Order: sequence, then C-alpha cells, then structure tokens
Amino acid sequence: MIYLQILVSIFVFFTLSRLFVQKHKNKISWLGLFFWSLLWLLVLVVFWQPDITSYLASVLGIGRGADLVLYLSVILLFYLLFRIFVRLNRIESDISKLVRDEAIKNVRKR
Amino acid sequence: MKIFVVIPAYNEEQRIGQVLKELSVLPYQVVVVDDASTDNTYNIVCSYKVDVLRHRVNRDQGAALASGNAYALSQGADIIVHFDADGQFLAKEIVDIIKPIISEGCDIVFGSRFLGKKSNLPFFKEKIIFPLARIFNKVFLGVSLSDPQSGFRAMTRATAQKIVIEQDGKAHCSEIMAKAYEYKLKIKEVPIRVIYHNEFGQGMSGALKILKDLLFSKILK
Repeated sequence: MIYLQILVSIFVFFTLSRLFVQKHKNKISWLGLFFWSLLWLLVLVVFWQPDITSYLASVLGIGRGADLVLYLSVILLFYLLFRIFVRLNRIESDISKLVRDEAIKNVRKR
Repeated sequence: MKIFVVIPAYNEEQRIGQVLKELSVLPYQVVVVDDASTDNTYNIVCSYKVDVLRHRVNRDQGAALASGNAYALSQGADIIVHFDADGQFLAKEIVDIIKPIISEGCDIVFGSRFLGKKSNLPFFKEKIIFPLARIFNKVFLGVSLSDPQSGFRAMTRATAQKIVIEQDGKAHCSEIMAKAYEYKLKIKEVPIRVIYHNEFGQGMSGALKILKDLLFSKILK
C-alpha cells in the first residue's frame, strides 16, 4: 500500500505544480485553481488516510469507504461533463453569431 | 408590402435552380442562405436575381434561417416566409401561407401536410416518427399542431423579431412552434403539399438528434 501512496503522492504533487504553472500563465482563474487544488488534495488525504472515507461513508449510510469514493467520483465526472457541454454549447452559438454577422456584412445583392 | 422568402441551402446544386426559377416569376424578395455548401450551390444561386448570404462554415438549417431572418428584418421585411431549397414545397402555395397574415391578422402560419392535401410521405415517417413527435410536442412543448415538423411557414415582422431562433440544427422547427405558443401568438395552419425526393429524409437518427437538442435546451435555460 505504501508504494501506491507514494506513487499517488508524486502524481498529485506533479499535478498541483502544473496547476500553479497554469495559474501563473493566467490560463485558469483563482476559483479554478482553488477547486482543482482542493480536489487533488482530497485525493491525497484519501490515499493516506483511507479510514476517513469509511467514517464519512458510515455517517452517510453507505457501506464502505471505497463505495463512497466511487459514488462521489461518478457525480463529479457527470458534473464536469455537463460543464463542458454547457461551454461547448455557448461556443457553438457564438460561432453561429460570428458566421451570421459576417454573412450579412458580405451579402451579395441581386 | 415587403415579402421575403428565406431559403437555407446546403449542397442543393441539383434542385435549387428549379426552385429559384419558380420563385422568380412571383412578387417576392428571395434571400438564399448558402450554409457553406461544398458543391456548386453558391454559383448557381448567384445566377438568379436573389440576395445571397454565405456562411463561411456550416452551421446547419436553424442557424441559416436565423441569418435569413436577421437579414430580411434589416431590409425592412413585413412578412418572412421560410422555404426549402430542395423543391419539397410548391412556390405557388406561398400565397396560401401568407394569406391568413394579411386577411386574418395571424402572427404566424404553418404549412401542414396533414390537412387534406395529399403528400407522398415515407411510411416510416407518417406512421411512426410523426405520431411520436406530435405526442412529444404536446406533452413537452405545449404545441398542438397537426404537422409536428413543418418547415414551410410565414411570420410577420413583429413575430420574427420576437421569435429568436436559437436552435442551430433541425430542432428549430419545434422551437419556433413552442415559442409561438409561449408568446400566445395568433397561429394558423394551412394545408400544403410536400413532394419527397429523398425516401428517407431525416429518419430516426435525425429525430433523436432533435429530441436531444430540445431536451438540452430545456436544461440549459
């Protein structure tokens, strides 16, 4: 288990460092940095203190800690997917607007 | 009275010439929106006396109609008619579809394939897709029209300003109907005849895409 924990920790620290670089380059917002850092730190906590999940799981009435982690991961993934979808939708409609404005500007009159 | 006929066209080189020829003898201003066709559509259209908008990239039918509407409104259109580029609709029926606007004060008029005039509808569409679409329209959009996917319609200037087409894809049909009901407009359906050249049309996958677009637009609202 200790090997896995070390591996995960290295991965998490690598990811966090990438996040800070992204923030430094202004590619993500403060909120984004906070959200993603929190998420990865949580991953770290869960791997070093797996009992926490069991405790939380029992509080929430879910059998095992691992199940709780799985449920939360699925919810998070769905949420992220939804956000990507919303963003994509907005980009699509922006493109349509640009295409429309350009087409009207360059109309070929009879 | 300025009557604009908006025709979205995507790769319609086979039929659009004939459509424009039929329209050329009628007293309407025609706007063709070439939705980034990759065939010869644009050049064919340019040889007729019509205004041509050209989308730089393909944005689909709803987006093309929205462009046509925006342009027609900017040119002072009093009535806007939506028409197809593939020769499905009859140019001589435009007069029937604008009549309720002029003589009865309707805000929007939809052409219907199910009000008497006989169209050669593909079996699968007539017996399966359309009945399901009708139920969907009624339950989810509050629309009770005989033709659930009519692409032949006419609207007043005020209606075109009110109904902003947000669905870029084929779901604009249901969107326009739903908004017409939502804004409590004076709606009428008139019988039209549709000639199918393509046996399959949009088929089931097209219907599912429309369903997906409509459901997501409800969630995103």
